[in-house]
Amino acid sequence: MIEGKGDQSVRIGTPTEVFDGENRVAMTPDSATALQKLGHTCVIQSGAGLKAGFSDAAYEAAGVEVVKTAAELWAAAEVVAKVRPPTEAEVAMLKDGQTLISFFYPSANEALMKQAADTGASVIAMDMVPRISRAQKMDALSSMANIAGYRAVIEAGNNFGRFFTGQVTAAGKVPPARVLVIGAGVAGLAAIGTSASLGAITLAFDVRPEVAEQIESMGAEFVYLDFSETQQDGAATGGYAAPSSPEFREAQLKKFRELAPQVDIVISTALIPNRPAPVLWTKDMVEMMKPGSVIVDLAAERGGNCELTKPDEKIVTDNGVTIVGYTDFPSRMAAQASTLYATNIRHMLTDLTPAKDGVINHNMEDDVIRGATITHAKDVTFPPPPPKVKAIATQKPKEKAKELTPEERKAAEAAAFRAQTKQQVILLVVGAALLLGVGLVAPASFMQHFIVFVLSVFVGFQVIWNVSHSLHTPLMAVTNAISSIIILGALMQIGSGSFIVILLAALSVFMTGINIFGGFLVTRRMLAMFQKS
Amino acid sequence: MDYGFTTAAYVVAAVLFILSLGGLSGQESAKRAVWYGIAGMALAVCATLIGPGSGLWLLSLVLIAAGGAIGWYVAKKVEMTEMPQLVAAMHSLVGLAAVFVGFNAHFTMKAVQKAHATGEAVTGEFAQLVAHKTPIELNILSVELFLGIFIGAITFTGSVIAYGKLAGKVSSAATKLPGGHLLNAAAAIVSVLCLFWYTSSAGFLPLALMTLCALFIGYHLIMGIGGADMPVVVSMLNSYSGWAAAAIGFSLGNDLLIVVGALVGSSGAILSYIMCKAMNRSFVSVILGGFGGTAGPAMEVEGEQVAIEADGVAAALNDADSVIIIPGYGMAVAQAQQGVAELVRKLRAKGKNVRFAIHPVAGRLPGHMNVLLAEAKVPYDIVLEMDEINEDFPSTDVAIVIGSNDIVNPAAQEDPNSPIAGMPVLECWKAKQVFVSKRGQGTGYSGIENPLFYKENTRMFYGDAKASLDKLIPMID
Repeated sequence: MIEGKGDQSVRIGTPTEVFDGENRVAMTPDSATALQKLGHTCVIQSGAGLKAGFSDAAYEAAGVEVVKTAAELWAAAEVVAKVRPPTEAEVAMLKDGQTLISFFYPSANEALMKQAADTGASVIAMDMVPRISRAQKMDALSSMANIAGYRAVIEAGNNFGRFFTGQVTAAGKVPPARVLVIGAGVAGLAAIGTSASLGAITLAFDVRPEVAEQIESMGAEFVYLDFSETQQDGAATGGYAAPSSPEFREAQLKKFRELAPQVDIVISTALIPNRPAPVLWTKDMVEMMKPGSVIVDLAAERGGNCELTKPDEKIVTDNGVTIVGYTDFPSRMAAQASTLYATNIRHMLTDLTPAKDGVINHNMEDDVIRGATITHAKDVTFPPPPPKVKAIATQKPKEKAKELTPEERKAAEAAAFRAQTKQQVILLVVGAALLLGVGLVAPASFMQHFIVFVLSVFVGFQVIWNVSHSLHTPLMAVTNAISSIIILGALMQIGSGSFIVILLAALSVFMTGINIFGGFLVTRRMLAMFQKS
Repeated sequence: MDYGFTTAAYVVAAVLFILSLGGLSGQESAKRAVWYGIAGMALAVCATLIGPGSGLWLLSLVLIAAGGAIGWYVAKKVEMTEMPQLVAAMHSLVGLAAVFVGFNAHFTMKAVQKAHATGEAVTGEFAQLVAHKTPIELNILSVELFLGIFIGAITFTGSVIAYGKLAGKVSSAATKLPGGHLLNAAAAIVSVLCLFWYTSSAGFLPLALMTLCALFIGYHLIMGIGGADMPVVVSMLNSYSGWAAAAIGFSLGNDLLIVVGALVGSSGAILSYIMCKAMNRSFVSVILGGFGGTAGPAMEVEGEQVAIEADGVAAALNDADSVIIIPGYGMAVAQAQQGVAELVRKLRAKGKNVRFAIHPVAGRLPGHMNVLLAEAKVPYDIVLEMDEINEDFPSTDVAIVIGSNDIVNPAAQEDPNSPIAGMPVLECWKAKQVFVSKRGQGTGYSGIENPLFYKENTRMFYGDAKASLDKLIPMID
């Protein structure tokens, strides 16, 4: 735990990435400005942002201290934010009480994690941020996947010899490209969006049928399988895909074989958490594809969805199909990737600084912080307990409103009409019976008044139903004024002999006087305000 | 004496009153209609003063003038946000007047009986009317005035409490004495017993006892109804004040009172019905207070409330082509209607399609929002009712919710276990982006969590509505 008190703020530092070919940086001038607003100070190693397009001068302008070497930086910063998992040498520089925030892939790097824990430093793995909506803003995997999906389409276009969009030109007609996206996670959806906006006919497949709606909303066509097994709900696995049954897999491969000769570009993004990537695009499918087709395999790092993928390489098969197996798509768009990653880091630090006073509060009760923390206080805290909040809501089976046939509708209408008629007749009969009952006992003078009363109620109902909703307040004010007609009663009584009667009548006249004038005037005032545009 | 002239004047006045209410069907005709009402009232009062009410006419005129001066002053001074209080206060005056006139009828009846017994002549127009009645008619008269006093007394205390709640002088939370509605039922039963006692003995005691009971019912009934149900309460009291006038009209044998009472009574009843329907609740459940029982646990709300600052809202508004604003009681509380109107003027000047969506129960009085917006000079043709605008949300870029909560709660449609399930709501979440201007993270009147605030396309614009708008307006360019 780091305690920063008063003016002694926490220093957040970012070293240059040491991994070969890594262009990203974990802090940008913009994110540094935001971090300083939280009460922190920022340090950066000289040249860290160069490959992402951020010069030392830009950092200095944003108030960031620039230090020469990595050693200086690791010594100076209480919180180190970087992109790639630390190397052994970097872990060796960790001190007790320091916090490291980076990608870590703890299940693949257990030894390193143990080593980090022994130093007493806290490590927050950006790849372990739980997938709950509150943590979306720091979900670096999603922001990197988004870039990868976009870049995959651009790489495919780069290696594809034709237009994406169909065109009719003076020189002839160009058919649109057909793109198949396998796996509709964040990367898949980004690829679908990019491909569709470039004008290609985009097909997409996912083992989770509930994403069909998302796929269609991005402008692609969902590829359905002729398979009736109920799929496991994606909600049970935190929104990720689960391994499928052998029968399902067969149906899937059959569909892909059907599609292989038709599609020009395949972008595969299928991953199952903590497992090698499933092989979905077999050798024979590649052979069935047209020459000049492109496969971009975003799962290359985990072995690839395509049988022929070579990680980090671009190969061309004998039948002229290009297979791109790069694993560093985000790094290829370093400026964009750094901006998003730095923002993710900034959000993580915002959660770690709840009071915005430059004091880091490593709250292990917080679902997000707990989930992402893999070492803390000399202990390995991985794997985290399941989060208290479920990642995404359980999908409810959708009920479609049943379409009524015209006959059914007619029958329903007729039934409603009959019910209404019945109701009205009953009301009329009861009302008439009551009236007759009253008429039997009441004298004629009462009945005369009663007729007036009943008719007035009817007139009132007819008139008031037509009053515009927007004039309900004026309606109340004006009914208020006219209900003061009770003044007539008081006026008739005020001439009586008894003192108390005169007093009460006088009071009534006075009060209703207020009401009449107040009611009408305020109504007039309100109505005058209603103006047409 | 024959008052053919008076009766003729009453007929004309009744027609004028009906025209006055009928004219409220449109904004333009309403401006004419209020003059019909004024003319009708003037005619009725003059005819009475010349005819049957000529005794002490000078005193009457002085009192009317004095009352009128106060009424005029109040009408000039009142803020439009205070309309609910004003309307409630005026109801209480009608209720009290009904009680007094009812008592007077009783005293006159007694005096006439005494005069009959001693053989003296009766004085006063009303007394002469009473003197000619048969015993059965007298019995009916006593029932009528009993009813008039009963309804009048309930209206009086009910309106006083409603006024207190609306003006913030009484806590607007629903509070009940121990015993709850049993107390009301007991008071009602006592009143019924008093009716039998009164018709048989014709003494003042049962009448007074009943009046106390009715006063208590009015007080306790309205105390038990909370804030957002006030539109129903006020329209219900409006209705009662009408029925009270009608009952008094029966006892005085005055047809004009009966006609007007019936008009006002049915008007209030319809308003109450519309309000209840807009909340998908039965009238009884509103009056008895509290929301209906739930069928099961409410759906869990997923996600978090994401806050946004004025610059973010301004950027979205600058980009938007169509905007719908949903005002609620919070706008009235914060007195933010001028700011809203200013925002709308600026947006409309840039050629954006800006409209208002008004839920029937928004505010504390039926039609309250319309009046507030009209006061701020928002043209009424862009202020639309729920049914007119609900279908337009999916094609709207930005929806702004200002100070409303339950009326935009998607749980009413999505969660069958929600206490407000089935209540018609404004489907603002279907807009591309929703901004909610709200003081803090609390729940609305119903105490129900609002999933709207957790939706992905919703951003919470925290702070006092007026201050928020003042920050926002300069950023619209």
